[in-house]
Amino acid sequence: MTTTSKLVTMQHAVRDHVPSGSMVLLGAQLEPMIPFAAGHELIRQSRRDLTLVGPISDILFDQMIGAGCVARTMAAWIGNVSAGVGYCFRRAVEQNIPRPLATVDYSNLTLALGLHAGAMGVPFMPTYSTMGSDLPIKNGNLREFNSPVNEEKLIAVRALRPDVAIIHVQRADQFGNAHLWGSLGVAVDGARAARKVIVVAEEIVAPEVIASDPNRTLIPGFLVAAVVHEPWGAHPSPVQGHYARDHAFFSQYHEQSRELKDFEQWLQRWVLGVKDRAEYMNLLGACRVESLGVKQHAMSAPADFGY
Amino acid sequence: MVAAAAREIRDAELVFVGMRLPLLAFLLAKRTHAPSAVGLYENGIIRDAPSPEMLYTMGDSPNLFGATLCGSMLDVMSLLQQGRVHVGILGAAEVDRFGNLNTVWGLRGSAEIRLPGSGGACDIACLAQRTVVLLPHDRARLVERVRHVTSPGYGTGNSWRRSRGLPARSGPSAIITTMGVLRFGADGEAYLASAHPGVPVEEILAATGWTLRVADSLKTTPPPNTTELAVIRALDPKQFWTGAGQPQ
Repeated sequence: MTTTSKLVTMQHAVRDHVPSGSMVLLGAQLEPMIPFAAGHELIRQSRRDLTLVGPISDILFDQMIGAGCVARTMAAWIGNVSAGVGYCFRRAVEQNIPRPLATVDYSNLTLALGLHAGAMGVPFMPTYSTMGSDLPIKNGNLREFNSPVNEEKLIAVRALRPDVAIIHVQRADQFGNAHLWGSLGVAVDGARAARKVIVVAEEIVAPEVIASDPNRTLIPGFLVAAVVHEPWGAHPSPVQGHYARDHAFFSQYHEQSRELKDFEQWLQRWVLGVKDRAEYMNLLGACRVESLGVKQHAMSAPADFGY
Repeated sequence: MVAAAAREIRDAELVFVGMRLPLLAFLLAKRTHAPSAVGLYENGIIRDAPSPEMLYTMGDSPNLFGATLCGSMLDVMSLLQQGRVHVGILGAAEVDRFGNLNTVWGLRGSAEIRLPGSGGACDIACLAQRTVVLLPHDRARLVERVRHVTSPGYGTGNSWRRSRGLPARSGPSAIITTMGVLRFGADGEAYLASAHPGVPVEEILAATGWTLRVADSLKTTPPPNTTELAVIRALDPKQFWTGAGQPQ
């Protein structure tokens, strides 16, 4: 294990590891633990021509598309999960506002298999899904082939190797060994498929805490390029054991992104007008933060690793 | 619509649960006639006990609390691809006479609008033993042919699914709308199996974008009983999902 700390600020992590033009995996755990703080920093540092990879992304992809950071999406679903469509996504696809957007449409399973192939170091993974769908017609990464071991046809999902995976977790040590729990989505394969991982943690803990429960270590530190300590870094998405989903924030974003000028004000208020996550949290206000906090903790039973 | 969808779930079945009304239908089934049904969620959750609170998304904290299993997407999608999942419930923007679904390109007036996309819908439509579709009933939604086959139904009918390589014993089993319940003939074409109480058949035919066949023994959909209504009200107290202004 390395003895050099990888702890840096979000500004440094984004500056050093996510240049314009990168293929970035965000929102690997689907609705929970979406790295909004990292996405907002990418917007503030004016990243351009990004390819965003993620199954559903909720409103983070919509915000980054609206901010002009994105040239291409590789996703199964882009919108606002509890409120409906993503207006910035629609404006980009339908009207090239603020810039044209190329969309590579997947289903959830095929996107997961692309990352699984990347994680396994093989060129593709086979599936029956999307056969007969129009998705493979437009997405060249889904190719029909004849099985070499029987008479079946299948779809080969080409391996995906994002340049960077940004994964939000509950806790990590300073070397990047990370514990995460809850719905995992494509986080584990995503971290292995990516060439670099940025871990964003609610809490930084001693290596002994990580080692006390190695089944929960889903990202080994040697895959990790940077560790960012960013409490509330996933708001408005939920982090189990830390805070609940801020449903009202998603509904408000839906209303405030419907018209371009309203979205630009939203972006100024919540992203461009704040320096970092701490300022964002001040803007959110203590009452709201209090209301989203865990009301009743539910600790799992300890697992005995003794011998 | 939610009550009719819930009745498509049998007790002890494995159910792949989509968001919004499909989720409500699953929770209703769990609390009424199918207490042993197991819910699989594409973000990696398997739940035996229903969520203790109303959900806005499948990743909400109450849906993780007390789950049977929290794992990866492939942990649950593998069960789907193996053919173990009995039923998947989906919403859609458009459905056609062969049960093909579109959630990529919609139409508003004469302009094409970009919709969010497949999510897990294509996977469920390809791989679940039965797929149940929920959507409002009008000519813009029940169309002769979908603009984009995001999630395949019976394609162009008959043996299309097998010829395309989709698993045997898979495909849509019902389309549940605001007006009635459509089922599928052996040729893969949808027909009207039951009309909701008080909805004339002529109105349903007029609101369908193709010449809809009607079952010889057309039934009236049983209305939600008082228990079902009470559970729906309890699951969605603010009528976020079931009220008049529900998100589209």
